[in-house]
Amino acid sequence: MNSLTHKATSQSTPERELVFKPKSNGIIPKGATFAAVCVIVLMLAIILGNIALHGAGVISLEFLTSPPENGMESGGIFPAIFGTVALVLLMTIAVVPIGVLTAIYLQEYTRPDSYVTRMIRLAINNLAGVPSIVFGLFGLGFFIGFIGNGMDALFSEPGSPVWGQPAIIWASLTLSILTLPVVIVSTEEALRTIPRELKEASYALGATKLQTIRRVILPQALPGILTGGILAVSRGAGEVAPIMFTGAAYYLPYLPAKLNDQFMELGYHIYVMATQSPDVEKTKPILYGTVLVLLLLTFALNFMAIYLRSRMRSRK
Amino acid sequence: MEQLQFKPKSKIKEFLGEKTISITAFAALIAIMLIFIFIFKESLPIFYDEFVQEEASIDKMVFKQEYIEGRDPKWSWQPNSDIPKYSLLPLFIGTIKAAIIAMLFAVPLGVGAAIYSAEFASKRTRELIKPVIELLAGIPSVVLGFFSLIVFATILQQVFGFTYRLNAFNAGVALGLAVIPIIFTMAEDAMTSVPQSLRDASLALGASPWQVSMTVVLPTALPGIAASIILGFGRAIGETMIVLMASGNASIISASFTDSIRTVSASIAAELAEVVFGSVHYNVLFFLGTLLFIFTFLINMGGDLILSRLKERFQGKVS
Repeated sequence: MNSLTHKATSQSTPERELVFKPKSNGIIPKGATFAAVCVIVLMLAIILGNIALHGAGVISLEFLTSPPENGMESGGIFPAIFGTVALVLLMTIAVVPIGVLTAIYLQEYTRPDSYVTRMIRLAINNLAGVPSIVFGLFGLGFFIGFIGNGMDALFSEPGSPVWGQPAIIWASLTLSILTLPVVIVSTEEALRTIPRELKEASYALGATKLQTIRRVILPQALPGILTGGILAVSRGAGEVAPIMFTGAAYYLPYLPAKLNDQFMELGYHIYVMATQSPDVEKTKPILYGTVLVLLLLTFALNFMAIYLRSRMRSRK
Repeated sequence: MEQLQFKPKSKIKEFLGEKTISITAFAALIAIMLIFIFIFKESLPIFYDEFVQEEASIDKMVFKQEYIEGRDPKWSWQPNSDIPKYSLLPLFIGTIKAAIIAMLFAVPLGVGAAIYSAEFASKRTRELIKPVIELLAGIPSVVLGFFSLIVFATILQQVFGFTYRLNAFNAGVALGLAVIPIIFTMAEDAMTSVPQSLRDASLALGASPWQVSMTVVLPTALPGIAASIILGFGRAIGETMIVLMASGNASIISASFTDSIRTVSASIAAELAEVVFGSVHYNVLFFLGTLLFIFTFLINMGGDLILSRLKERFQGKVS
């Protein structure tokens, strides 16, 4: 009860009573929802802090550039870093062209409400929601089982599989399908910011659609394409389930040099070390170091993408 | 003026170029169809091959089986024992348990944070919350699984002393963390797209700003928030690495949330490594994958449907 009510009733005439609703200050919903934010921030801080604390001491130039020794109890993680980079490089070569062309088709060649557009968008949305282990199964069943075995049947001697086995090419192709939606969405976002007048000017000057795409649209969309590529790399470097059976290995005495080689990878390394080390205490330092390296890599990429995206939006 | 020159047009090049673009654009559509075809194909023997059906027919996977004569029929997932057992129930129960814990954890936090960010926070605070959530979203699931396995399980053990160190609760909390960004992003989107006219009308009628948020905006955005929860649930069901590392991987049927569990996705991941190509076990694992695919497909369709209906309602267009 507040003074407003009191004043109104004491000074008004008997026939009219102005009563104002007491206005509470909404502290319960505000406080509760703010608490939710705080809990999330706190948990994030605990996780990142724990990893930074235990991992920072392990990282050194030597750690990043030397191979593992002594059953992962000492040495470095260079092969895993190399394998991860090679993996996402191949993946990017596959996913960026396909993703960009798909986005261009959706934006430039079809009407927004046509049947074709809706089917493709449905496929993209569903692709984005497929569990990563299902991608792993697909990589095994399709790339290794169908394409790989098929290539072996055509090109290799029977009984000695060359392509029908886990290989870096199959793992990166599997990842490229997984990250396709990311590239498409990012590129579309960029294409939408291109002013219509620019394209119309190009057509007015006599350019064909393809020429416009090549000379006007693509350069303008470059930040978005770059963002999409960076986000795809960040996502691809972190996924483990799709590569578990399509090419990743825990310890290899060689670095992947051919397309059908297996490879070591940061995420897979973390998984195996954490779950299958004979002595977890001894491998903990390397484990934490590897996790920190993966996290730093992922965050650096994400921040680059966020920065690019905000610059793109402010330009609009 | 003369510098603006485009190369003379070549009809063949134009045609080929445009055809390339249109064909490539169907890659996503082809990919999703191929995924379904090739995963389902490897599980087909379950449906027609008698030899496979001796061990793992649909009937055997759903109902209690009397594996040893004289003993009670039971549900059991033990593909690698002398008498292979392929009941799906323990895996389904495990998956649901982890997902329930994840949602109990993620929905209040995710929706609460979204409400705060969309309705109560100042612009500066909002600009701080968004990157934090994006940071959380960027953490690879293997890192969350690692943290849950190495650190969180130990803490839980010291505080509560569960029977099993790696259990459904352990994995469920980490799973919730992975789901929060999905719920937050979509719920916040839903609330910011409530038309300003609705808010203005409520304010004009005398409601305070917080009353507008809780009694007008929130109910209006409810379908979008529901969609975010549905999609988050889909992610919780399909997530692999976190449960693989932190849930104990024991196919136990129990009501307790502090027992170990074995989820569908973790089973596939754990057993695919040693399965014999083309064996019954192999077929069953691909069958599990097909089930996962269909389930997340349905969930995505449901979420999309709600969202498109919402867009129609507010913006009057079909997106």
